Amino acid sequence: MAIVYKKSNMLTDVPFHYCPGCTHGIAHKLVAEVLEEIGAEGNVVGVAPVGCAVFAYNYFNCDMQEASHGRAPAVATGIKRVLPDRIVFAYQGDGDLASIGMAEIIHAATRGEKITVIFINNAIYGMTGGQMAPTTLEGQKATTCIYGRNPEVNGHPIKVCELLSTLTGPSYIARGALCDAASVRKAKTMIRTAFQNQIDKKGFSFVELLSACPTNWGMNPEQALSYVKNEMQDLYPLGVFKEVK
Amino acid sequence: MKELMKGNEAIAEAAVRGGCRAFFGYPITPQNEIPEYMSWRLFEVGGTYVQAESEVAAINMVYGAAGAGARAMTSSSSPGISLKQEGISYICGARLPCVIVNMVRGGPGLGGIQPAQSDYFQATKGGGHGDYHLLVYGPSSVQECVDIMYNAFDVSDKYRVPVMILGDGMLGQIMEPVELPEFKDLSKLPRKPWATYGDNKGKDRQIVNSLLIEPDVLEAHCHLLEDTYKEIAKNETAFENYLCDDAEVVITAYGTVARIAKSAVNILREQGKKVGLLRPITLYPFPNDEFARVAKQDCVKTFVCTELSLGQMIEDVKLATGMIKPVKFFGRTGGNVMSPEDIVEYVNKEVY
Amino acid sequence: MENKIIIAGFGGQGVQSLGMFIAFASIHDGKEVTFLPSYGPEMRGGTSNCSVVVSDKPVASPIIARPDILIAMNKPSLAKFEPKVKPGGCIIVNSSLIEDKVQRTDVDVYYVDANRLAQEAGNAKTANIVVLGAYTKISGVFTPDVMKAVIEHKFAKKPKVIPANFKAFDLGYALE
Repeated sequence: MAIVYKKSNMLTDVPFHYCPGCTHGIAHKLVAEVLEEIGAEGNVVGVAPVGCAVFAYNYFNCDMQEASHGRAPAVATGIKRVLPDRIVFAYQGDGDLASIGMAEIIHAATRGEKITVIFINNAIYGMTGGQMAPTTLEGQKATTCIYGRNPEVNGHPIKVCELLSTLTGPSYIARGALCDAASVRKAKTMIRTAFQNQIDKKGFSFVELLSACPTNWGMNPEQALSYVKNEMQDLYPLGVFKEVK
Repeated sequence: MKELMKGNEAIAEAAVRGGCRAFFGYPITPQNEIPEYMSWRLFEVGGTYVQAESEVAAINMVYGAAGAGARAMTSSSSPGISLKQEGISYICGARLPCVIVNMVRGGPGLGGIQPAQSDYFQATKGGGHGDYHLLVYGPSSVQECVDIMYNAFDVSDKYRVPVMILGDGMLGQIMEPVELPEFKDLSKLPRKPWATYGDNKGKDRQIVNSLLIEPDVLEAHCHLLEDTYKEIAKNETAFENYLCDDAEVVITAYGTVARIAKSAVNILREQGKKVGLLRPITLYPFPNDEFARVAKQDCVKTFVCTELSLGQMIEDVKLATGMIKPVKFFGRTGGNVMSPEDIVEYVNKEVY
Repeated sequence: MENKIIIAGFGGQGVQSLGMFIAFASIHDGKEVTFLPSYGPEMRGGTSNCSVVVSDKPVASPIIARPDILIAMNKPSLAKFEPKVKPGGCIIVNSSLIEDKVQRTDVDVYYVDANRLAQEAGNAKTANIVVLGAYTKISGVFTPDVMKAVIEHKFAKKPKVIPANFKAFDLGYALE
């Protein structure tokens, strides 16, 4: 019988710990497939964040480092600078990257570090139980803004791709979504381009993935995917924000 | 012929010769000559340098580079070292070898920029969160900075414990004759089996990590660290005993204060007073056995602990000696430095 | 032999480089030495000083409470350090900028018109080298040949300035 689909070699056999309906699993799968397809096996170091993806080092089947909260781009910088021929990537969530780690991501980007950062934006702090994230939408409820995010009190959500694309250092900045089959396929193309940019030594590359968190959003998985598609994309439009050819 | 070198620059060159190939720093007085020197020097030897966006980022770059198997270091001064403490805790948790230089300035807060020793507690008791220690050296001359720095990566690699060199603004800025050692042959260093070189596949893959969520696993890990510290104490403890064999008064001091105290001992000896100096070279592990041995000498009547702080090392002196002899304290703080004559006056007034 | 020197003046008067010449000469001569500069914001135009200890034996304290020699390049420096000089020690006063006379009677005092002599040497920037010449003569710690070798070495990349510096040194060394 012909095998038409198999799990990527770049994922271990450890079962994911993610909640039902969470899209981290899809993001992991896409990154792993791209790494396999570009022949990165035996030539890659990944950096895991603090957040829901903290155990990513158990899932990616390659050398991994676990960073402290927000510092994955700094850790990846250290790795890439001493191993310039390896593919180095960091995998971060929105609290990790866009709140506590904002300095690290901006500066890794502006230095043009030849690393790839995968940014999971699910507009919530997942691991700590649903607090407001820097990317939480106006009006969106969280445990630290129970009536919905009020800009008067909580400020406005931050658009990371737009912000980073103003810098000279990045070679590729794109935002995809993980809400249906078509968008997942597009997201994979973005991830592949990002890693190819790193291989071509073009500079910093970055893919934001709008993701679902049904558990902390208080939705079922189907509602959550619909929220990504219909609410999040209004504020966070998909597309390529910067590409150095 | 010896070269005249500034402490900070001598440390930087000794680090390069000792195998440092990655430096991550952030400007802060009085240690700026170290990153300035590294910013051009490392590229001459095939190494790398990043001026990080913050001390926080710098120490995490050290984490990444050290985790990837490189000899990596950072340097800073007191407020910057406070910022690095989270990263240092992670580095200790992940058992990564590296070197951290602290050219201490007066605190707390932004404090001042003049020499101080008020980071002794922070350096020797852990500094960040969790059950851990660094291997802390307190060199007292530029040559000793060179000698310690030159071997620091070997020692750190051996135990997988970071080395901290605890200097002060004076040690960083002073110029003295030094003899620089030859370059270490890095090609002879063994591959680090735990490092993420990126070429490990499948079951051989390595994870650099300090997250151990099961209490039993974390406890075992802490015991492993504890065993390592015991091994370090056995093998690496270093001190200088200067004229303590017949001493009635033993002055204790480390770093630059120790050489000021040594001049004081010489003056007091000329006055016919039996005074010696006991100087820890490793601040952690503290030379407990030597302090206990000297305290038990019948001739010893009193210890005088001298520091550029309100009294931090004195706690270790008291613990090590069991306080079987009185331990007095003479210190300056806030960036002020005592002279040998100040120590002489204290000893003559308070002891004799 | 142990020679403890404090050199003080305005930033820009060559106070630190004067101290470093003595330190380099020590190395050249196989002596032990520590050179401790003041550091921080005061280096940018304010007062500047350094402590140099030259010895036959390894130097313990780089901190000097009682200098053997004070080199005062400006008035505030003389006021600050005059009381600290060891009895029987000496003070070299840059009389071009300091009109006051030293009050102490238990020290030897040498007045050096350093800025004028520097002009005479052909380079106004060599006032510190005039004083270096005077120090060399007064202290007797180094021979003039050693100092000149150091001057030559330090200005190796700017050979044009060496003659004026030599002349400045000689003018300082010739003082009674």
